[in-house]
Amino acid sequence: MLDPYIPLVLMFALAFGFAVFSVAIAPLVGPRRYNKAKLDAYECGIEPSPPPVTGGGRMPVAYYLTAMMFILFDIEMVFLFPYAVSADSLGMWGVAAVVLFVVSFGLADIYLWRRGGLDWN
Amino acid sequence: MGPVQAGAVVLAQQPVEPPPIEYAAIAPVLLMLTAACVGVIVEAFLPRHQRWSVQVGLSLLTLVVAGVALGAYARGAGTGLTTLAGTIAVDTPTLFLWGTLLALGFASILLIADRSVEQGGAFVAESDASSGSSGLGASSGLSASSGPARGATADSSAPSPTMTRATAGVSGMRTEVFPLAMFSLSGMMVFCAANDLLTMFIALEVLSLPLYLLCGLAKRRRLLSQEAAVKYFLLGAFASAFFLYGLALLYGYSGSVKLAAISEATAGSDRSDTLLFAGIGLLVVGLLFKASVGPFHAWTPDVYHGAPTAVTGFMAACTKVAAFGAILRVLQVALEASSWEWHYVLWTVAVLSMLIGVVLGLTQTDIKRMIAYSSIAHAGFLLVGAIALTDRGLSGTLFYLLAYGFTTVAVFGVISLVRTSEGEATHLSGWAGLAKRSPLVAAVFTFLLLALAGIPMTSGFMGKFYVFSAAVTDGMVPLVVIALVASAAAAFFYLRVIVLMYFNEPAADGPTVSVPGAFTTAAITLGVVVTLLLGVLPTLAWNWANVGGFVS
Repeated sequence: MLDPYIPLVLMFALAFGFAVFSVAIAPLVGPRRYNKAKLDAYECGIEPSPPPVTGGGRMPVAYYLTAMMFILFDIEMVFLFPYAVSADSLGMWGVAAVVLFVVSFGLADIYLWRRGGLDWN
Repeated sequence: MGPVQAGAVVLAQQPVEPPPIEYAAIAPVLLMLTAACVGVIVEAFLPRHQRWSVQVGLSLLTLVVAGVALGAYARGAGTGLTTLAGTIAVDTPTLFLWGTLLALGFASILLIADRSVEQGGAFVAESDASSGSSGLGASSGLSASSGPARGATADSSAPSPTMTRATAGVSGMRTEVFPLAMFSLSGMMVFCAANDLLTMFIALEVLSLPLYLLCGLAKRRRLLSQEAAVKYFLLGAFASAFFLYGLALLYGYSGSVKLAAISEATAGSDRSDTLLFAGIGLLVVGLLFKASVGPFHAWTPDVYHGAPTAVTGFMAACTKVAAFGAILRVLQVALEASSWEWHYVLWTVAVLSMLIGVVLGLTQTDIKRMIAYSSIAHAGFLLVGAIALTDRGLSGTLFYLLAYGFTTVAVFGVISLVRTSEGEATHLSGWAGLAKRSPLVAAVFTFLLLALAGIPMTSGFMGKFYVFSAAVTDGMVPLVVIALVASAAAAFFYLRVIVLMYFNEPAADGPTVSVPGAFTTAAITLGVVVTLLLGVLPTLAWNWANVGGFVS
């Protein structure tokens, strides 16, 4: 009765095992070449924010528009894939609904484009 | 694995019948959402100097048309119906709440649109936005080394090529506030009509996210405004998580997110009560947060204080209406059968809310914070009506929401008028002797404060009367006694401001009272007239609020 769940449990076990294995094995077999960048705190690939000095610790946020657009399209895909799978059974009504969805998503993109959010300088 | 997948594929092959949609019933919401989308297009394509007038016209016109559509539908509407596969219930309370929201939204948009009190509007201009923390297009090259990057951002107020294109003048305001407010209003309308918890959650996000942004757009005191926005966002996200967790547990308990199905499941079943209790608790915490009730109020003073005053008015009036609309529906439709489980919990919450609002309100020295605590106390009074699970409790709370909303919008309209060269003079010391400088504004403000205190001949009195009498009928006499004591104590800090305005000498370098432009005048007048009218002729709204209950 629980048969369908056994692969799931196995996958969890495998994932957990792999994580533990990777962390445990890395210090033993990996090379150790430390430099300044490696000892920095990791903060999504950019320089860690400077400590708040007078006037506020500032950092460039130019990438945030790109990141937000990525999320926008990501979420759009999340909804479009399930639609694509069952497009046949949803019929013309489904097409209309998806077109409405994509158009309202497009509004945000148009706004971004017109306001110079796509220019990288 | 095999059979399960095959089954799923077979299921997907069957044609899906689209749910029937009552377009006439949901026309107001559709109109509002369409207008918000059009507003975004306007922002994208119209030249800068035309945007303000087009946005104001579009927003106000849509609110009026949506109101007309609502009125036309309400005329022939029966007891109510559910549409969109049972996710939206358009019943009498929904229609009343929608009407209230549209009217309050109209007054709030008028306040937001004002450009005469603060030169160019109370909202940050695009060229100023980056001097705080964020501005679309305010980008400097992402540099690998820290020196140049910091140097580049330090003078980010200097116009970069993209910003010059977006910025034609310095005095204009960010007209994005109008689409944002419209999106937020649409979310509120769906929120109080949502007949299942998932729709309610989506609506909660649609109403909240624009509000977070609006809070951070004040032209003056940018840091305070941004702090308010971040605080509201973080705490709001936290509260949304509570709501979602409660939703998940209730789904686990009843097997459905529909309010009616949850109600059925709670009425006489041998399912695990743990899921039900935890679910109700978490869900209600999420809702009470939005309504700024009692111990979940921590964000209220800071956000009310930091947000632009027009937005505070919008937030205080409309969000409270929407949140209490949803609370009423959840309590009366989904959780009525289990009311003996949560009744005394919410009883205590109502007492705490009144206590916190009144006691902390007495100690405030800033007028916006004082009104914030007053709104917490009012949330307690509203909750008294909401937990009286009778028709009179429902209609009393609806009436109270309408009355309180208009008074609050007008109060914030008046607050925006009292200014120094630094901006609004929100510290109470600035209000000393105001009656000598501007008798009319002082008189209007006195009237509004008396309405908040619940003096007869104002809508505040009638609201309290309806709510408390419903609670007494429902057998909550001790709670009503506490509420009466609380409103008497709350009257003290309203009276303190009145005494300050009339019987103190004005400071030599005190604030001046700006002459309001047409928009602010209209908003304040609307608020005052409704406050007076509902105090004298409460039946105007009462008859409408009192016609029917929820359908599900």
